[in-house]
Amino acid sequence: MNMKLSPDLLSNAPACKKTRLGVTGVNLFYGDFQALRNITLEIPECAITAIIGPSGCGKSSFLRLFNRMNDLITGARVEGRIELDGINIYDKSIDVVELRKRVGMVFQKPNPFPLSVFENVAYGPKRHGRHNRGELEEIVEKSLRQAALWDEVKGKLEQSALALSGGQQQRLCIARVLAVEPEVILMDEPCSALDPVATLKIEDLMRSLTESYTIIIVTHNMQQAARVSDMAAFLMMEADRAGVLVEYGPTSDIFTNPKDKRTEDYITGRFG
Amino acid sequence: MIGSRITSRQLSQQTAFGLLIISAAVVVLPVIFIILQIVISGGSAISWEFLTLAPSQAGKAGGIFPAIIGTFYLMLGTIIIALPVGVLAGIYLTEYAGNNWLTRIINLAIVNLAGVPSIVYGLFGLGVFVLALKLGMSLLSASLTLACQALAMTITTSREAIIAVPREYREGSLAVGATRWQTIRHMVLPQALPGIITGAVLAMSRAAGETAPILVVGAAFLLPRLPQSPFDQFMALPYHLYTVAAHVPGIPQSTMWGVALVLLVVVLSFNVLATVIRLRARRRRYSS
Amino acid sequence: MLGQQVKVATAEASPDNGLRRRWRIGEKFIEGWIFLTGLLAIVVLLGIIALLLKEGLPIFLDTPPWEFFFGTRWYPVSEPPTFGIMPFFISTLWVTLVATAISVPVGVACAAYLAEVAPDKVRETVKPIIELLAGIPSVVMGFIGLMLLSPLVQSAFNLNTGLCGLSAGIMLSLMSLPIIVSVSEDALRAVPDEFRQASYALGATRWETIIHVCIPAALSGITAAVMLGVGRAIGETMTVLMVAGGALAVPVSPTEPMMPMTAAIASGIGNAVRGGLQYQALFAIGLILFILTLAVNIIADRVLERQKRKFAR
Ligand SMILES: Nc1ncnc2c1ncn2[C@@H]1O[C@H](COP(=O)(O)OP(=O)(O)O)[C@@H](O)[C@H]1O
Ligand SMILES: [Mg+2]
Repeated sequence: MNMKLSPDLLSNAPACKKTRLGVTGVNLFYGDFQALRNITLEIPECAITAIIGPSGCGKSSFLRLFNRMNDLITGARVEGRIELDGINIYDKSIDVVELRKRVGMVFQKPNPFPLSVFENVAYGPKRHGRHNRGELEEIVEKSLRQAALWDEVKGKLEQSALALSGGQQQRLCIARVLAVEPEVILMDEPCSALDPVATLKIEDLMRSLTESYTIIIVTHNMQQAARVSDMAAFLMMEADRAGVLVEYGPTSDIFTNPKDKRTEDYITGRFG
Repeated sequence: MIGSRITSRQLSQQTAFGLLIISAAVVVLPVIFIILQIVISGGSAISWEFLTLAPSQAGKAGGIFPAIIGTFYLMLGTIIIALPVGVLAGIYLTEYAGNNWLTRIINLAIVNLAGVPSIVYGLFGLGVFVLALKLGMSLLSASLTLACQALAMTITTSREAIIAVPREYREGSLAVGATRWQTIRHMVLPQALPGIITGAVLAMSRAAGETAPILVVGAAFLLPRLPQSPFDQFMALPYHLYTVAAHVPGIPQSTMWGVALVLLVVVLSFNVLATVIRLRARRRRYSS
Repeated sequence: MLGQQVKVATAEASPDNGLRRRWRIGEKFIEGWIFLTGLLAIVVLLGIIALLLKEGLPIFLDTPPWEFFFGTRWYPVSEPPTFGIMPFFISTLWVTLVATAISVPVGVACAAYLAEVAPDKVRETVKPIIELLAGIPSVVMGFIGLMLLSPLVQSAFNLNTGLCGLSAGIMLSLMSLPIIVSVSEDALRAVPDEFRQASYALGATRWETIIHVCIPAALSGITAAVMLGVGRAIGETMTVLMVAGGALAVPVSPTEPMMPMTAAIASGIGNAVRGGLQYQALFAIGLILFILTLAVNIIADRVLERQKRKFAR
């Protein structure tokens, strides 16, 4: 039960960091069904925040609040306040497209486009008006390097992305997001479809990205949350199936010294 | 005792299955017979002159070149009008329309448009395009009429092709900050293209064979020269077949079969083309 | 809801960090077009209705509905002209009846064969041939009826002419087969396999299962298939124009030459003066045709929807 903190984790202690995303009193409804109730927390910049909890408790729904992906679902409705750098992203004056440029998302199942590797990464920049071939090549290389994929695919940029392995596809999806230079990256169980080796690669990649990106990751995997995250939020379903935030704090605290009995039960159940 | 009962039940099953097979044969054999008959009887009429000359002596001599060209113009005109409209409507129904009464009415309208008899489209074209809009008995009027008729088909096939594009691609595109229209234009439509083209080719094949509407909006029987503009009159293969077979006495039988063969080849080759496109797209999707 | 947030947000409205709402004029323009074309199907359908009403209804100012519907004489050019469409209506009835009597049993049996009995190889050969049949233009079917079938019918029934309702009906039955087969087959395939398993478990043979389980379960889909086939037969023009014989008397048997409604329009419209009585009368026939096929299609659509919902999980 006692978890040793690596020096790496300690050096990333989030206390000193400024808040990038603020969530205040958020409720989320799908039609009449309330999926999230009264969630309040602050997510620090340049750190990894893990969202853990049993399946169906609303982790994905919560994550999709930050780039307003829930807007695509008819009947979805949000109450409360979500701020990016102090600005309410659900304000009428907000441009969802601009928001999604700044808040990128990686999905649970790798979803490379059925295009070449190059076109996958260049897709975002092209949509934002960059068509100069040289410039695109630069962006693609830089993004693929950042995503630790360059060495594996540099010889096959023109091949179909669908021919890559699952782990490579997921890193390609990360590169695709990095290519539009977001500030925040949302990841919804990015490793759940991958083998352990590919999973470790993605975790290393995430750690290397914390230098300049704020990352929120949903994960089912307690070890993964413990390994990579600086902060952890534990969501759980109440009797009416609405998700609530049980506990939130530095990962070391959540895993070594949970304040709430339910957190402890969940972590020990999953962990020990 | 049990044995004999089972045998009699088995016997009735054998008889019944025999009848089912005969029914299938009743459907299949006439098709094969019709096609063979047209190929054999029409084949003897086909010659270079038949395909490249204009008709003369009231269709008794010469060829059917203007009718072939007229039919191609008609197919082209129809699809140029019906395809963009069908694709845009398909986009509306899949990407924009909510689950509401308006959508239900649109879908109902599409289903019913598909069932309107072709002769009624002819009346519609006559009243609206030929007379009210004063486009006259022209290639344009006929194309517009056939386009209205093809609309239900191009909308439906576009809609099915667009729906088949996986949701993950849309989400991936939106998540990197593409707008809704950019996602449609650069992600959804390219993926849906084979399906859309398949539908378009099928619609062209239909347009090539339609007779009743162009009979009403005025295809010409004998017109030795080709239409020079959309406002010109035109000849068309199906109408030509109708007139040589049912109206003009003294046409050699082989000529009639020849016209039927050429029409059938045009129509069915577009059908086959559609199938090929569909199969190739499917194979590509699975192989990659 | 969001409303209460908006009030708080006004203090910081028009965020200055690039998140401000953009007006993408080009996209709004395209999306406007998309919406308008989305409505086009409705516009065309309403346009057809409006035109048929506008051009067709005025005939009733001249010929009262009673005479129009039940009159047995169609003499558009005599003085005074008479417009009774009974001959056309009865003709349509005859050819549709003949077509349905052939295509329904054959089509449903063929569908049952394809869905329940046929080995995959046979199925994969037969289906393209049926698609081929659907692709043959109606004028070609008319031509075949004219050249090949009508002489046969003439000698078989010892008639004055083989161009009659029976010949037309036989050709029509071929033309409505593809839709009947494919819709019935889909309906049969939609029947869950558990039904069949349960029937086999009770000791039923495959045939007994088909006739007592599968076909009853797929009945609404098969009904829709039949409706669609009927709609096809009613609306078909070229075949009946070329093969049915074109006589103007009320036919008392399918072996007589006759003129169904579609053929009446097709053969009369070329000579009708725009806005004249005959023109109006032909549009009125068009209106009746439209209403008939609309009714058939709406019912078929309803029945199909119900069938779909029945086995949807
Ligand atoms: N589009 C939707 N419409 C209605 N309910 C949904 C939708 N998406 C998710 N839900 C419901 O919301 C709850 C939370 O789902 P989700 O966020 O996917 O949970 P998690 O990611 O934690 O497994 C579940 O009960 C789920 O059934
Ligand atoms: Mg989830």
